Amino acid sequence: MSTTFTLINVSLLAILTATAVTITRLRALYEATMLAALFSLVTACLFVLLDAVDVAFTEAAVGVGISTVLLLGVLALTRSWESVTPRRRRLPGAIAVLLVGGTLGYASLDLPEFGSADSPVQRHPVTEVYLHQSQEDIGIPNTVTSVLASYRGLDTLGELVVVFTAGLAVLSLLGPLARPEQTRPTADFHLADYRVIRVVSGALMPFILLFALYVLFHGDYGPGGGFQAGVIFASGFVLYGLVFGLDRAQRVVPRAALWFLVSLGLVLYVGLGITTMLLGGSFLDYDVLARHPETGQHLGIQVVETAIGITVASVMTTIFFGFAGRGVVSR
Amino acid sequence: MSVLEVLSGVLLVAGALAVLTGGVGMLRFPDFYTRIHAAGITDSAGAGLILLGLLLRVDAWDTAVRLLIILLFLALTSPTATHILAHAARRDGVPMWREGDPRR
Repeated sequence: MSTTFTLINVSLLAILTATAVTITRLRALYEATMLAALFSLVTACLFVLLDAVDVAFTEAAVGVGISTVLLLGVLALTRSWESVTPRRRRLPGAIAVLLVGGTLGYASLDLPEFGSADSPVQRHPVTEVYLHQSQEDIGIPNTVTSVLASYRGLDTLGELVVVFTAGLAVLSLLGPLARPEQTRPTADFHLADYRVIRVVSGALMPFILLFALYVLFHGDYGPGGGFQAGVIFASGFVLYGLVFGLDRAQRVVPRAALWFLVSLGLVLYVGLGITTMLLGGSFLDYDVLARHPETGQHLGIQVVETAIGITVASVMTTIFFGFAGRGVVSR
Repeated sequence: MSVLEVLSGVLLVAGALAVLTGGVGMLRFPDFYTRIHAAGITDSAGAGLILLGLLLRVDAWDTAVRLLIILLFLALTSPTATHILAHAARRDGVPMWREGDPRR
């Protein structure tokens, strides 16, 4: 059994290394983007082998899915061919890479052995608290969700602020989103003219959005949660925009609604924290939300996950609209 | 070893073989269209047979439903992707390979 796992791990690591080396040697950026998606996919498989299903899910949804689409959208605006750096200008970069890589390699010697029984993760008392106490405190099977949304709610709020700031940064760099009438495609070529892709993507659309909601509300019991659900929801809109044209996608979600939704998630999250404070608890302490602490925890976690989902989905959609809209308008 | 287990093993091995032939074909076929056909084999026959083989091994009905949904999703999406890629290549004027042409 363990030899099988070792074999799988070694072959995945070999694929990972080969992909990374190939990416560094490629000049064509479309191919490099596709290989970067493969890199993320193999990483997600490695996470599954380590039993970190939630992390693997996030890696698959973000790394393979939406970031590849966004990178392709950027490449459609720029040249898709890497310019060659002269040899003497490569030296500082090489030195920096070697230094950072060497430091990271040296630091990894401090990490506990792979799967060792006396690592801090196994021996620290807080592990016991999270794994056993959480079942009594919160009572949902997926401990990752309890840690992320309840015990470490403040850290997650920080992460959400990061996503929000990224959305704001993209908006301020790209300028305001184009109006729907500006993004009407002028080319004679529409993907929607292909009957096959129109019918298939139209049929799959409701199921993609439904799956996103399933991931959102099923995060207590299985892998998933707000971040993954938001990304899946956004990829549904991205598919719609790619197939049926940006103007129709923007008619579904107008700009004003997007900007409202980007901040709505964050406002919900912080508002929940202030509500618990007003009810006499501390910031993001959901015990006070209902008569029974456990019920309060469930309610709080659902609200937090929904808030994360709303902000992540709208930020991703905003970024896609921003990039894709530029290609149509500025020519 | 029940009948179901043997059948599922046969399906899994057949799926693995289909994936393997797809990989070999990707490397050995001479032009874009034939290579896309090989990639399609990995997606449809390979993944489909493997999922069918796993379907015979499930012990809970909800897992079976999930596998069926994945199977349906793959049966819809991968032929669509292959079709669109080939269509786009035709639009761009990628020539077909004929007997005696060099590899492209």
